[in-house]
Amino acid sequence: MAEAYSALALLRHGVTGRSWTPMWRERPLERGYPVVIIGGGVHGLATAYYLAANHGVTNVAVLDKGYLGGGGSGRNTAILRSNYLTVEGVRFYDRSLELYRGMASALNFNVMFSRRGHLTLAHSDTSLRTMRWRAEVNKASGVDSEVIGPDEVKRLVPEMDTSATARYPVLGALHHPPGGIVRHDAVVWGYARAADRLGVHLHQHTEVTGIEVSGGRVTGVRTNRGPIATPVVLNATAGWASTVSDMAGVPLPVQTFPLQAAVTEPVKPFLRTVVVSGTLHVYVSQTARGELVFGASVDPFASYSTRGSLEFTEGLAGHVLQLMPSLAKLRLLRQWAGLCDMTPDFAPVMGATDVAGFFLDVGWGTYGFKAGPVAGEAMAECIATGQTPEIISAFGLDRFAQGRLVGEKGAAAVGH
Amino acid sequence: MILLPCPWCGPRDADEFGYAGEIRPRPDPSTTTPAEWRGYLYLRRNTAGWTRERWFHRMGCRRYLVLERDTTNNDVRPSTDASSGSGS
Ligand SMILES: Cc1cc2nc3c(=O)[nH]c(=O)nc-3n(C[C@H](O)[C@H](O)[C@H](O)COP(=O)(O)OP(=O)(O)OC[C@H]3O[C@@H](n4cnc5c(N)ncnc54)[C@H](O)[C@@H]3O)c2cc1C
Ligand SMILES: [Zn+2]
Repeated sequence: MAEAYSALALLRHGVTGRSWTPMWRERPLERGYPVVIIGGGVHGLATAYYLAANHGVTNVAVLDKGYLGGGGSGRNTAILRSNYLTVEGVRFYDRSLELYRGMASALNFNVMFSRRGHLTLAHSDTSLRTMRWRAEVNKASGVDSEVIGPDEVKRLVPEMDTSATARYPVLGALHHPPGGIVRHDAVVWGYARAADRLGVHLHQHTEVTGIEVSGGRVTGVRTNRGPIATPVVLNATAGWASTVSDMAGVPLPVQTFPLQAAVTEPVKPFLRTVVVSGTLHVYVSQTARGELVFGASVDPFASYSTRGSLEFTEGLAGHVLQLMPSLAKLRLLRQWAGLCDMTPDFAPVMGATDVAGFFLDVGWGTYGFKAGPVAGEAMAECIATGQTPEIISAFGLDRFAQGRLVGEKGAAAVGH
Repeated sequence: MILLPCPWCGPRDADEFGYAGEIRPRPDPSTTTPAEWRGYLYLRRNTAGWTRERWFHRMGCRRYLVLERDTTNNDVRPSTDASSGSGS
């Protein structure tokens, strides 16, 4: 078993020079598991961990066709917040923030959660109006969220061009102090290590190629390493969600779009908060290492290709400089893309389906990293008890056939 | 840069086009059920591979066109279907 991390262990390893044991084990692939989770991102791993930790269901396999955290979970910009627009969204994401706050000690792993505040800029009266609305919904749910004026924005981010002559003047912002950033890889590894310690099997390079359904029930999955018998399958494959759901014959309201991001060379810390501008399709934060991380909205057309584009970099640079002209001399180090499973209402698709034993935790779009903990907790409960937890009851697949969409677009299109 | 074949303007930068999504059969509004209609509105095949889709040449001839694209690598070819480019 992986050893516990502590100051004492650090000292011991420092003095003896002994290397650390791997964070999780390679185990043999068994012929059957009571629960198979497809997708080793934060959602699949968190579900496995909470199944074991909260419900005592430890005989769980997580299968990933690549490596753990190789999907969106290792490519996102790690922004955490709960200032959504709908009541269902706010309480859901707020529970996730709560789990993030206690995560380092719960998982015995430093996930570097940095609560540094989150600013969404308003450049027009319409967005200011949406922000007032959001602030009221947030406050009614007990979430710290307030509309502030340009002077206050300038005080929080002195580098920002808040002049009235800017091409898109800053009229105000929605300020959300509990928002922040986290170290995304650490969250993935922390859940993987904790799940492994509880007995969960993590199988990398294991691709699911088919799902066996007989008499309306899941009976197993086919993989590139052979068949596995199982009565329960969770689809937690984000950008690939449609390809996996097709195997079970469950059509999804999902379209896969690439989302790109980029980082600059590291510089002295100066940017304390996360800054988002929906109008300019850009957001920025500064990592603990000093790099500026930039992101945008999704690429203009659906695709499974993760190739970056010059159009993105050009647009990004132009927009960043409109916000903070003093960044003109910074150099970009690299850019990358990940796949986002977009839904029509910018809300996830979670819970059971018409195929017994086939569960969904998909539709995470550009905003699903922050939801990993609460989604894992809720999906674990859903699978272990067979009941849909109240906190995800608005997010069922049946809402589309019934015309009960959630309507989170106003708070999720750019500010992931 | 990705080039899209416009039947009227020839190959052009994808930036000139608006993406109108995969082509899917539209149920007859006079006989469809609400659930079936919502399926048409919201469900997508979201194919990983070759798919037929509609684009709008907004910075060119401003006409709709149909083409085929491999969504795994963005290779593009003109639609082999006879209705290609007939718009709608
Ligand atoms: C550039 C970018 C920035 C983002 N910024 C933010 C942000 O700031 N805040 C936020 O909350 N969210 C953000 N997101 C969204 C977030 O990254 C995702 O919603 C989230 O990581 C989804 O996690 P997941 O575990 O569901 O899926 P993933 O981490 O994508 O994992 C899915 C896994 O499934 C595996 N898989 C697929 N098909 C199969 C198969 N057939 N068999 C076996 N395994 C398979 C893949 O290999 C992959 O590892 C961003 C995304 C991107 C791309
Ligand atoms: Zn044209």
